Amino acid sequence: MSTPSSDSVLSVKDLQKVFYSGFLRHRVEVLKGVSFAVYENEILGFLGPNGAGKTTCIKVLLGLIYASGGSGQILGKPIGDVKIKNRVGFLPEHPYFYDYLTGAEFLDFYARFHGLKKKERWSRVDDLLKLTGMEEARDLALRKYSKGMLQRIGLAQAILGDPDIVILDEPMSGLDPVGRRDIREIILKLRDDGKTIFFSSHILPDVEEICDRVTIIHKGELRGSGSLEEILEAPVEHVDLQYTGLDAEKAEKLESLSEEFPGLRVISKGNLLLISAPDWEAAQRVQEKGRELGGTLVALKPQKETLESYFLREIDRKEGGN
Amino acid sequence: MKLWAITFNTFRETVRDRILYNLLIFAVFMILISMALGRLSFEEQERITIDVGLSTVSIFSIIMAIFLGIRLINKEIDKKTVYTLIAKPVPRFYFILGRYFGLMITIGFNILIMGAAFGFIICYIHQSLFWPISYPVFQALVLIFLEVSIIISVAMVFSSFSTATLSAIFTLSFFVIGRFTAGIYEFAERAKDPVFKWGGIVLYYVVPNLTDFVQIENAVYGEALPGMLFVEIAGKGILWTAFFLIIAVIVFQKKDFV
Repeated sequence: MSTPSSDSVLSVKDLQKVFYSGFLRHRVEVLKGVSFAVYENEILGFLGPNGAGKTTCIKVLLGLIYASGGSGQILGKPIGDVKIKNRVGFLPEHPYFYDYLTGAEFLDFYARFHGLKKKERWSRVDDLLKLTGMEEARDLALRKYSKGMLQRIGLAQAILGDPDIVILDEPMSGLDPVGRRDIREIILKLRDDGKTIFFSSHILPDVEEICDRVTIIHKGELRGSGSLEEILEAPVEHVDLQYTGLDAEKAEKLESLSEEFPGLRVISKGNLLLISAPDWEAAQRVQEKGRELGGTLVALKPQKETLESYFLREIDRKEGGN
Repeated sequence: MKLWAITFNTFRETVRDRILYNLLIFAVFMILISMALGRLSFEEQERITIDVGLSTVSIFSIIMAIFLGIRLINKEIDKKTVYTLIAKPVPRFYFILGRYFGLMITIGFNILIMGAAFGFIICYIHQSLFWPISYPVFQALVLIFLEVSIIISVAMVFSSFSTATLSAIFTLSFFVIGRFTAGIYEFAERAKDPVFKWGGIVLYYVVPNLTDFVQIENAVYGEALPGMLFVEIAGKGILWTAFFLIIAVIVFQKKDFV
């Protein structure tokens, strides 16, 4: 697990947050001592199921709520320092904006908080409308924007001040595949421009596609952390093979290998035979047998653990351990 | 610059709010009606017009202050628009001050519009063009503006920690107590029950006497307040506003935006 260190651009140590709800002040512990770090120019995915504490953690980082315990720093300054917010961009989950403003007015309003002069401001607004593909909607009131458009203008708002760190809370939530692809591309471009990106998500394929590292949180506790290479370097889970030229009788002979290799499965699909071998040894035996039977191997694909299966395994493992 | 950005945006938000126009149209309509009421008594026409006109300006400005003042903070919190603002390099108290100044500018403009409608009627009564706002009327309008200022700052205190409905009830109660504070003190002095007695006395000292800011009668009879008294009342208005804004800032500063 990564811990706060001097070369991190953002880190938290033993972060805690307790809420008291209802008339009887029922105690709800949302963050139970969370520690992690984000390093320069990386994309860190902050993963966790709904209610895990992701948004609470982000809000503490941005000074929207106060921590009950623990500490944190952003670019060497304690969290909550107003000046450091000039170097941090933020897109909230389900962005809610002043819907009576047009896209351009909206960006101009937020640009004023970054100390930009009028000319610089409007030049920055134009650049960001272009970057996020919102030029045509610049004079349209935000109340007429679609979910994807709001997300894009929200992202433009987050990077108005040319921040060093961009914090995004569920940036792909509720978007269609095209919208998700657009946001992914913008995030990658920001990383290429030297920014550090910290974003929460539960859309794991997106995270897997763009993140350098991930940190998993569940029920207010950190459940795992590391680079995608480290996490997904686990041995091959199973090997998929596809054969043609094997009839039902020969398929049965191949299936008989399951006595030697439990977990081996054979499925016939038209003239294609799909075989799932539990490991490399079983896959080699299938290939030998297939050759003997006169079949043609058309595909062989080792299946490694996905981020999704890692995520579910980590959560289940700790739940079992609790 | 940052404070002005919030102030200007608040002004823009309120002038794009339909509620404001509904209230303003109704207020101007009421002022115009004062002309018809004045006609019932020809000799008293101008006095009735001033009385009804200033009362309308006062009532509608207070309604705007309570409802727009509460919405200004509650809406930001409910709609979560405050998230992106607090995440910017802006001290939290700028938010309270910017919202306050923005709404004051809006209501100031509204008082000007209502004052213009009311001035127009006075010119019409005299059938001549002249500057229709006498010094006593001007004093009354300034004090209405300061009463509104107190009410907005109080609305901000309540709306920074409670729901819109409760904030409206609390602010309205504050206004009513403030307008009847002298009566409440008299009642408290005579009360035998210690709860009523001390409760009334505490209310008298805690809630500002808003009747000081209602100088419509003087304006009707063309009697200006002595300069020092006017400055004293205006000073009280500014100090009470500052006091409630500081409380709103303290509450808002400690707030968790869950």
